[in-house]
Amino acid sequence: MSKGIAITGMGIISAIGNNVAENYHALINERIGISRVSKIDTIHENDIMVGEIAYTNQELESLLNLTPENNYSRTAFLGAIAAKEAVKHAGITDISAYKTGLISATSVGGMDMTEKYYYQYLEDENVQKYIAGHNAGDSTQKIAQQLGIEESLVTTISTACSSAANAIMLGARLIKAGKLDRVVVGGTDCMSKFTINGFKTLMILSDTYNAPFDDNRKGLNLGEAAAYLVLESDHVVKAENKTVLAYVKGYGNANDAFHQTASSENGDGATLAMEKALEIANYKPEDIDYINAHGTATGNNDLSEGRAIIRVFGEKAPEFSSTKAYTGHTLAAAGGIEAVYAILALQNNVIFPNLNFKTQMQEFSITPQLKLKEKALKTVMSNSFGFGGNCSTVIFSKKE
Amino acid sequence: MEKVYINSFGSVSAQNTEYDSSFLKDIISYNDTTIPAINPIYKDFIPPAAARRMAKGVKMGIVASKLALQKANLNNVDAIITGTGMGCLHDSEKFLSAIIDNDEQYLTPTPFIQSTHNTVGGQIALEIQCKGYNFTYVHGSNSFESALLDAKLQLELNEAKNILIGGVDELAKHTVLLNKTINHIKKEPVESAELLETNTKGAIFGEGANFFVVSNEKQDSTLAVVDGLEIYNTLEVDSITDKAREFLKEHNLNVSEIDTLILGNNGDEEFDIYYNTLTSGDFKNTQQMVYKPWIGECYTASSFGLLLAANILKTKTVPETFQLNAIIPSQYKTILLYNQYRGENHSFTLLRQC
Amino acid sequence: MEALKQELKENIIEQLNLEDMTITDIGDDDMLFGDGLGLDSIDALELIVMLDKNYGIKLTDPKEGKHIFESVKTMATYITEHRSK
Repeated sequence: MSKGIAITGMGIISAIGNNVAENYHALINERIGISRVSKIDTIHENDIMVGEIAYTNQELESLLNLTPENNYSRTAFLGAIAAKEAVKHAGITDISAYKTGLISATSVGGMDMTEKYYYQYLEDENVQKYIAGHNAGDSTQKIAQQLGIEESLVTTISTACSSAANAIMLGARLIKAGKLDRVVVGGTDCMSKFTINGFKTLMILSDTYNAPFDDNRKGLNLGEAAAYLVLESDHVVKAENKTVLAYVKGYGNANDAFHQTASSENGDGATLAMEKALEIANYKPEDIDYINAHGTATGNNDLSEGRAIIRVFGEKAPEFSSTKAYTGHTLAAAGGIEAVYAILALQNNVIFPNLNFKTQMQEFSITPQLKLKEKALKTVMSNSFGFGGNCSTVIFSKKE
Repeated sequence: MEKVYINSFGSVSAQNTEYDSSFLKDIISYNDTTIPAINPIYKDFIPPAAARRMAKGVKMGIVASKLALQKANLNNVDAIITGTGMGCLHDSEKFLSAIIDNDEQYLTPTPFIQSTHNTVGGQIALEIQCKGYNFTYVHGSNSFESALLDAKLQLELNEAKNILIGGVDELAKHTVLLNKTINHIKKEPVESAELLETNTKGAIFGEGANFFVVSNEKQDSTLAVVDGLEIYNTLEVDSITDKAREFLKEHNLNVSEIDTLILGNNGDEEFDIYYNTLTSGDFKNTQQMVYKPWIGECYTASSFGLLLAANILKTKTVPETFQLNAIIPSQYKTILLYNQYRGENHSFTLLRQC
Repeated sequence: MEALKQELKENIIEQLNLEDMTITDIGDDDMLFGDGLGLDSIDALELIVMLDKNYGIKLTDPKEGKHIFESVKTMATYITEHRSK
């Protein structure tokens, strides 16, 4: 059993940067990654904005030193890049020195290839290698292979937009229970025509830059990203004399049990998730210094989440902001990239601004943090909510 | 540490598994390349207003979970943990083909919403108003085992009392075609009883939903105890015997103490060697059973194996048709399950009588 | 107008998979949402696609649907006034 769950490495690739340093630089310089879609051929190109990663698949392939015969989906490429950065950052040279697992999250899996070759698969032998890569677990298997994780506990979580937060949660519990000494946790999702059209049918895609918690918010921008953390037990930290970036202090998952896609007006599930996480951390609401909100900029999420924050923290909630104006909503990866942002906030004692906000929401009086703010941070809460009523909260802290 | 009991199961499969009275009494033999699950009368379980949007996978999942809850005499649980290898395939195909065929126009939201991997888990939560922990695992042939592993962690540490876990996967037309193209599904129909002797590539695909109430409290309905579970992303054929020994040793067991070995053979000449290594090696004197020839392969087919094992431990009877060898043990106290798909995502599960 | 209302009822039943309903079960003035037929927000999105596909009417904000989809009668009135096909 391990008392603390130490974070010793992190890696990320998103629309605002190809690694942790680039992401941080963009965050503090208010440089957003939202643009028109360029890598996917869609009739909606003039109606939507997205957070795309600059690299093409060919570039990602060569970054990973893969031969062209590989059958990686973009989801797997992105995941492998971010996971490798995390492991390197953690200073791990021999991955099998400790019992190491991988918990990855994805919602689209290999959909990017499936949608490209759906009918072509039946005739063209050259593309058939991608068929078996459709299932969500395939990207995780490839990431494990890239990291050299063999004969171990490797699994994939898919609970829509809360997936990566749940991967962190499971990883933390596995370390706590002593089932693993070390675990790489996070999520990856690439852009796909499938999700673009899916969210389009729900009429929650903004035609301009997404504006979380703004009264006139018009919906979300989809993004693609991957991010992973390395979690290690007290034992490994001590034995290896590891530098600890932060700790996973609390976590909670609850179900809204209200509607298949929409959140309940009062944010029941979100409230429960935040309360559970506080309980596990043994914190009171006032112990939280900053909330990295889910804040997708849809009418429904921001209202529901805002109300839940008030239910948990009262009208005097700590500073909160959504970083989705920078990256777009990266679905299953969102909880992963925002975990990295939470840790960066802790390390640098800064709160990242909630960009594009102009008008206070009418339904409540809490306002997100609008400017970059320096503040001594001990704890950060990160929220991630998804379809199927899935609500997750993770709390990160500087001290064990 | 608390024990992990299987207190009930509910099943929708290609066999008679819906009701206890007829449970696996008459084994149905199939002669096809895919085996659909037998449809229960869905409206006995799901209100029509909710059922109207559900594809077969979601409906099977809800029926199986309601049966499991009924048999455990529960209205609600502390957590719902689902495993599904391919998720809601039917609606994924429906939405994707609509995107392509209609050039992204006039698309409706329902198949997209329903295609999300956690639809089954979310729908069950909605139906029984369970606001607790709700996870969905989508990791190939370890999707269901991941759900069981997660539940086991929570029950052992007393973080929950009753957890609903399950495995669900559905067949869908285009995916079947694609899998035939790459020989993951056999080209020619095969009779169930002959499947393991075909010496051809690929498996016969199937579908189904098997849900269980697992608990750290024993009750009258309890079938078995889950004593051990290990999952591995990779394993070489050469190391399978050692891994099995290692797993048994960890649970202070030797091979002779295993009364029955339940295996996931699917008739794929390329990958059944993993099972054959065990059946012709360390476990050659152990009763061996297989089930996939009668329900078909899918990423969560192993959840059927678990209910088979649990039922054997409770009733002390085995469906003879499923026996791979002629050995009859003197008792049914300890059962080992082993599963993998195409050489990936292996699992050992250990069940004991309680 | 009568023909349009009949057509709408048929399409609502088909598009929303209201399998155990027939067109006689839906009155012209019956509330489609809430206490009436019990349709929900996903159905509203389905109906928006129906307006576009069958009648060439494009709604950009789901909120606009609230009054249009009150009943079969309100739908028929709106369609008659705005249809482009």
